[in-house]
Amino acid sequence: MIPQGHFMVVAEVRPGHEPALREVLARMNTGPGQADPANRLLPFGRFDTLHFARFSILVDTTHADLAAPGGTPEPLPTYLAFLGDCDGPGGRQLDEFVRASAAGLREVFGHCVGCPADAAALAAWLRARDQPVAAAYVNWIGRTRQRIREERALAHALAGRLRELQSAAPGQLQSVRRQLVDYVAGERRQGRLVVAPEPATPFGWWLRNLLHAIAIPVVGLLALPLLLLYAPIFLWQLRTRERSDVQIVPPPDVAHVAELATFEDRCVTNAFTAMGSVKPGAFRRTLVVVLVALLDYAARHVYGRGHLTRVQTIHFARWVFLDDGKRLLFASNYDGILESYMDDFINKVAWGLNLVFSNGVGYPRTNWLVQGGARNAQAFKNYLRRHQVANAVWYKADAGLSAMDLARHTRIRQGLERASMSDREIEDWLRLM
Amino acid sequence: MIAATAFPDFADVQGLLRFGFKHHVESAFALLRVRNRTAARAWLASAPVGTAEKGALPPAVLQVAFGAEGLRELGVPVAVVAEFAPEFVAGLGTDANRARRLGDLGVNDPARWQWGGPGVEQVPHVLVMVYALPGRLEACRRELETHWGIAFDLMRWLSTTDMGGVEPFGFADGLSQPEIDWTREIPPEDHDRLTYGNLSCLGEFLLGYPNEYGRYTARPLLEPAGAAAHLPRAEDAPDRADLGRNGSYLVLRTLRQDVPRFWRYVDAQSGGDAAQRKQLAEAMVGRRMDGQPLLPPADTPIAGVGTDPAARAKNGFTFDADPAGVHCPVGAHIRRANPRNADLPAGTTGLVSRAIRMLGFDVDALHADAVASVRFHRVLRRGREYGVRMSMAEALSGRAPQVETGLHFVCLCADLARQFEFVQGAWIAGSKFAALPHEADPLLGNRLAAPDEPDTARFTMPRAGCPSRVVDGLPPFIEVVGGAYFFLPGIRALRWLATA
Repeated sequence: MIPQGHFMVVAEVRPGHEPALREVLARMNTGPGQADPANRLLPFGRFDTLHFARFSILVDTTHADLAAPGGTPEPLPTYLAFLGDCDGPGGRQLDEFVRASAAGLREVFGHCVGCPADAAALAAWLRARDQPVAAAYVNWIGRTRQRIREERALAHALAGRLRELQSAAPGQLQSVRRQLVDYVAGERRQGRLVVAPEPATPFGWWLRNLLHAIAIPVVGLLALPLLLLYAPIFLWQLRTRERSDVQIVPPPDVAHVAELATFEDRCVTNAFTAMGSVKPGAFRRTLVVVLVALLDYAARHVYGRGHLTRVQTIHFARWVFLDDGKRLLFASNYDGILESYMDDFINKVAWGLNLVFSNGVGYPRTNWLVQGGARNAQAFKNYLRRHQVANAVWYKADAGLSAMDLARHTRIRQGLERASMSDREIEDWLRLM
Repeated sequence: MIAATAFPDFADVQGLLRFGFKHHVESAFALLRVRNRTAARAWLASAPVGTAEKGALPPAVLQVAFGAEGLRELGVPVAVVAEFAPEFVAGLGTDANRARRLGDLGVNDPARWQWGGPGVEQVPHVLVMVYALPGRLEACRRELETHWGIAFDLMRWLSTTDMGGVEPFGFADGLSQPEIDWTREIPPEDHDRLTYGNLSCLGEFLLGYPNEYGRYTARPLLEPAGAAAHLPRAEDAPDRADLGRNGSYLVLRTLRQDVPRFWRYVDAQSGGDAAQRKQLAEAMVGRRMDGQPLLPPADTPIAGVGTDPAARAKNGFTFDADPAGVHCPVGAHIRRANPRNADLPAGTTGLVSRAIRMLGFDVDALHADAVASVRFHRVLRRGREYGVRMSMAEALSGRAPQVETGLHFVCLCADLARQFEFVQGAWIAGSKFAALPHEADPLLGNRLAAPDEPDTARFTMPRAGCPSRVVDGLPPFIEVVGGAYFFLPGIRALRWLATA
């Protein structure tokens, strides 16, 4: 099993270079924000381990909100963020980008402070700016691009063959399945369909993952007596703050929303990037670090099989701290229109959103960390939109496929690999096609 | 907080929110542009607008609604207009991003619309809806046109035809409506609903009341001074005058239906067999042509449907017992428009199963969890047909119809983004509803290809014990040819617009 990795290069834009940088980035696109897979600067489509990538210029329009809870909105530079998700380690993907497109990358990052001129130094420079991911969610851990392509071809072929068997009378399910299995076997023999065996899991990753899976609960258990002692104080600290924290949820600027909307709904999947300041003070700063670590634990060891709690429409998501934990960036690739993504947030996992984002300045008021918050639907939508950042360039490798399509294709393959199935199971299996 | 009274003040609510005016079978909708502000305001100040009070049937009823530009033309300050919903302020047919989101592309492109598209003077300022008892419409129209004089330019009358509760394809229509909780039985608080209900909070349709989240939808609140002193006060901000209270947003879309195309396609897929043809068409709609559902009523009565056997037979069902869509295909029109589900997948009982499902650990429940909870996405429909009804023989003959026919789709809601736009964008136009691949709404889809999708022109009918039947190559049967967003104000708000 090849695990998925992430990269996120964050580089400071040279003062005065933002317009020129935007112009260069626009040259990678076919339409607003939509990357041309074969663009000259960084031909994303040539990297067959790359799932998603995006360039975003991180202009924090809500930074001034920090003044409301008594923080100091110190001036921050404008950053260029280059982030994506791939098979294997993110650093290796960055190296490959440099190997194939050093000149193009320099044209982009040349607008950032300190970008070196030669290719060898560029790779190191990018890696040095690769931000650690505080939490990462992968829809299906181990589903590589190659696997996606194979399963898609398999699903398409099977759906086509099934159309020819559409007239099968009731009661012939076993025969239909046998014909499909034989058909695939034949196609595989002819080399027209490929289902490669599952590659070996990298030992280092496996070991680290195992240690992580064990270490966090062990630390939790060891700290339990202290945590129990601290709990009443924690609740008092939390409730005091929840009662007095300022909500900043005015309707988002109309022009800002119009710009964001220009980039949206050009494909079944959309890219979401948002950032905001963490509430000042040690309590919130520590709490959000702990909660994001737990979120990461859940994403790595509990989920990663097609869903994050009830939400099945997210391909990849990440939470990254910027500026020594003063700001939090959230980026995801989700299916459907934003209104339906926000609907999932509000009606399916409001509690989960509240846990993390209620530590952000201006978030709709929560109760006991999980109640309220996102359930204040309109305020929450305003909050999200205000904090959202437009993506200058966005690339999706497997165009048109939703996360649920990918899961469906996987279930089709798994069904094919089973030795036998009951009639009932075949019925369900055929419906996936 | 002002104490909630048992009923809203029906004298301050336009009748359309409560009634479908079924006795007023004649109707016409005037699309107007303000020519002279003073004259327009003078007419509005005394226009005899029908309210939601019950009483003797008047010979004709007027309803009046406004576009955002219309409000500005009438002199409403720009800052006040900006406090309405951003979708209303931006408009339906004048924003390319909205068009993409709602599937208004290709044959539905607003650039091709007969009215409401992006051109200059395409967007109506004011909508006047006239509902009349048989034989009374013409006189009423003439009288209005005389009254309007220099006040308005008449863009066009949208005429309607009484087809006896049947839409142009021949299906009984308008059968399923949310029941509005007029007496506010639903407590204004936020909690999960584990069963489907048809009773919707008042605030889902009338501004100024708590919605399904127990909250008040944003709308303009004014200083209660001058003319605004006559406006109702806001329940959630008693020191403010509520311009939205008792009002609603109204969506009007003219949907042209190609009746020959629909029946000839279905006929070709059925090999010319009349019974199969009807069956396929009914599967696409999700109801029988006479309106009977494809599923029997649920064992337990559904809140807001009532216990009356006729109502239960029509609307007392859910899709819980048919997750695969063997009886009513998952992609059928009525299932997309109202999936009749709850906040958690069907069969959630007790704290443990609830927790397991909330965390997504119940695999079977997850498969049924691809569709959002419907109670946040209901609309009240008030559409009227237009044109001339065709017989089946005419439709199948292949002769081009003499007169265009279709539906002036009208719906009301308090939150355009969460209600109308969600249903239209995610469920009707979306090609991934309930994880179905390659298909949009069988009736309303624009059939355009999406990236990596050859088309979205399929329709899948799961069957028991054998492979699903898939029909493809569906042409567009319905084209959007006009549309706009309006605000249907309460009566006092209407008078304020005329005097402010």
